Amino acid sequence: MHIQVATSATPSLRSTLGWRALSLAGAIALGLCAPSWAAEAPFPSTYQALASETTLIRGATVLTGTGERLNNADVLMSDGKIQAVGQQLQTPAGAKVIDGEGRWVTPGIIDVHSHLGVYPSPGVKAHQDGNEITGPVTANVWAEHALWPQDTGFAAALAGGITSMMILPGSANLVGGRGVTVKNVPATSYQAMKFPDAPHGLKMACGENPKRVYGEKGRFPSTRMGNVAGYRQAWIDAQEYADKIKAYEDKLAEGEDAKAPKRDLRLETLAGALNGEILVHMHCYRADEMMTILDMADEFGYQVTAFHHGVEAYKIADELAEAGTCGALWADWWGFKMEAYDGIQENIALVDRPANGCAIVHSDSAEGIQRLNQEAAKAMVRGQRAGMDIDEARAIRWITSNAAKSLGIYDQTGSLEAGKMADVVLWNQNPFSVYAQAQQVFIDGALIYDRNDPDYQPLSDFMLGQSAEENR
Amino acid sequence: MNKKILALALSSAALSLALATPAFAQDVLITNATVHTAQDGRVIENGRVLIRDGRIREVGTSVSAPRGVATFDAAGRHLTPGLFGGVAPAGLVEVSAEDSTTESRLDLSGAPHQHPVMRPEFNPIRAYNPHSTPIAVNRVEGVTFGMVGASGGGSLIAGQGQLARFDGSYDPAISGSDTLFMQLGARSKNLSGESRAGQYMLLEQAFDEARADRKSLDGEVRLMTKRGRGVLAKFLQGGRVLVSVSRAADILQVIKLAKANNFKPIILGGSDAWMVADEIAAAKVPVILNPLANLPGNFDHLGARLDHAKLLQDAGVTIAFSLGDAHNSRKLRQAAGNAVANGLEWEDALAAITSTPAEIFGQGDAVGSIEKGQIADLVLWSGDPLEITSVAEALWMGGQSMPMQSRQTKLRDRYLEQDPEMPRQYIKP
Repeated sequence: MHIQVATSATPSLRSTLGWRALSLAGAIALGLCAPSWAAEAPFPSTYQALASETTLIRGATVLTGTGERLNNADVLMSDGKIQAVGQQLQTPAGAKVIDGEGRWVTPGIIDVHSHLGVYPSPGVKAHQDGNEITGPVTANVWAEHALWPQDTGFAAALAGGITSMMILPGSANLVGGRGVTVKNVPATSYQAMKFPDAPHGLKMACGENPKRVYGEKGRFPSTRMGNVAGYRQAWIDAQEYADKIKAYEDKLAEGEDAKAPKRDLRLETLAGALNGEILVHMHCYRADEMMTILDMADEFGYQVTAFHHGVEAYKIADELAEAGTCGALWADWWGFKMEAYDGIQENIALVDRPANGCAIVHSDSAEGIQRLNQEAAKAMVRGQRAGMDIDEARAIRWITSNAAKSLGIYDQTGSLEAGKMADVVLWNQNPFSVYAQAQQVFIDGALIYDRNDPDYQPLSDFMLGQSAEENR
Repeated sequence: MNKKILALALSSAALSLALATPAFAQDVLITNATVHTAQDGRVIENGRVLIRDGRIREVGTSVSAPRGVATFDAAGRHLTPGLFGGVAPAGLVEVSAEDSTTESRLDLSGAPHQHPVMRPEFNPIRAYNPHSTPIAVNRVEGVTFGMVGASGGGSLIAGQGQLARFDGSYDPAISGSDTLFMQLGARSKNLSGESRAGQYMLLEQAFDEARADRKSLDGEVRLMTKRGRGVLAKFLQGGRVLVSVSRAADILQVIKLAKANNFKPIILGGSDAWMVADEIAAAKVPVILNPLANLPGNFDHLGARLDHAKLLQDAGVTIAFSLGDAHNSRKLRQAAGNAVANGLEWEDALAAITSTPAEIFGQGDAVGSIEKGQIADLVLWSGDPLEITSVAEALWMGGQSMPMQSRQTKLRDRYLEQDPEMPRQYIKP
């Protein structure tokens, strides 16, 4: 699998995004601690883990996210990290011990496709901030700039065990803009949620949505032909921009005088996607269209990290595995439009089937994000019924490690391994049951949600003081 | 071709059924089933159900097979009534975004000379297509009936609906289940001069008009055609009116309106219903809710919560469930399971997707429970019927064994095989 990982923990000396070279200071910083783009990029994360205590969950069924299931096992968290996972761990002095008997522990659940905050609840007119429907290529816009942290959906998702998610612009445009990965912590600004050092995603869209939105306005594109021409032109422009930046940097490096090219936010983002620092997440339903996109990625030398929705991904599961492209999919949505007509419930299991298959269960829904475990369970059973050997230990990867890989954060979260962020869910029972509920949710080792303790149940500013809430 | 994998794809139960009994046998004795009758929470372990001529004839533990009637061994599995698919335009839609395939919503705003703004005579069941693929896709998951009716958006009175059985027939409606559909609240404000007070004003105008004699209408602005007035007048003689409404204050307005105008309201949605549960229970108004709805889509839904079903049940309100989606009505079973996770009793959750919706629409004697005399629409499950890891393994409608195939199972079987010699388009499961 060729999942792009670009985080502080995996330094890369890959070529730069343009803006860093625009000042000499930036160029020096680049040389010192690459890849510093995340740290140096504007709108930096101000996320701080909440206070945590050393916590040992004792004697639970543990799904590690790496494909393993450990029975009667312990999980030790301290200093915000997973310290150990295994049987009969020593209890450190002063550790809080949680009885895990009969309970299950999984990594924090990750949703790679959410519009929380940009299409929030309440979904009033003033809140419709997810699609910049004024041009088919709006690579210059960033979802985080519309992200309303008071969306009541965040707390609801937390009760479903969601610890991280990527929030994307919508699919009206060929290129919708940058997506942001956040930790699901209550906050007053999105910066305080922003996942430290996570790469941006680039939201792109195939098929019916862009051609409908612009075709109905009598504008380009109005066909799938137009869609592809639109992407290719954008990539050509981005290549030219990247070349210009590179020529400028080369001159600086040789000590020559050079005038910095004018920054172009649109092309900056696209160039970042071409060089792999921004991960391409593309809304695409039909198998034939996904094959077209993979060819286009070859033409321009970039990687499609994941196709989202991919209702027909099962038809090209081998090709996706070969390309190292994940399928971020629904368990059973279908039929709401023509390109979703061939949906089947075995889609996720079939994408998971090839040796390098990368299946992800995503939600794209404020309801679905609250029970991704159930969606994974449905997909698991359909795979089993179709003769595939899929157990819980394997299926949990679809909403933990595979999701983390596609977001470029797997070195930090997405599995229960020593040294990783202690993003952990304690379930009252096997989470692949409709009756399962997240009992406690930890983010960086801190208890963020407790089903049995109202003191650990956040309430958005919006709901505060509403009589519905007071009457509860 | 790899026949093994294809064979695996077929459920073992379907195979054993095919071997045990002739296909489409009308008469069968199901034995050794855990029978969930969906009546008063009654469960019969090691139960038997005798089906003859399409009806359930006997239910119990000591029913024997009359001569010539085959038996079907359920092997201890759970047997439930066929499931309710909710209030959804099943059979009225193929692809939601393709106008040429959607029939449930009447919008005459573009048609010339269509002054009447309310058309209670609109009855979309006449556009029902049993071959619509969502029917079989959801039937193989146990969904055998639903409330098929008019979608809102075009008028405060959207039209009518009927309970329909998804057995593939051209005439699916269960007679006597006629229901009028209304949609009120924030989503309908554009139909009432931008005030929800205007909604009650217009409805009262319509009710007056329906009851008026022809003469007294002379010179008045008319909201309906003559036929429409007749239809509405019929519902104002104690008929069922399904009202999509959510705010607590609106729910109380609807109860008042119903009393004053002699119709039986059924609340659909009702996010705030728990706040006025006692009033709703006292008025004997059923609520059809979505157990997964817990977010405020708009200001009408600030009360949405996951334990809604339990709160209403505890208050004595009659509840049933609906997600409103024709393509994925199979998900209603999952929603019922979630209601259980949030406090509702298991048998009450099963009733909310079987017998209770049938009773709400006046057809509790025909469908929705496993009782003597009912139409034999039954589902056999691999495990706990409300559990997401369980699947339907056999299905009878009107006593007939139904094939466990849909367009989706065929697509699955076409693509399940690895490395076929010929293009997959030659594989026709």
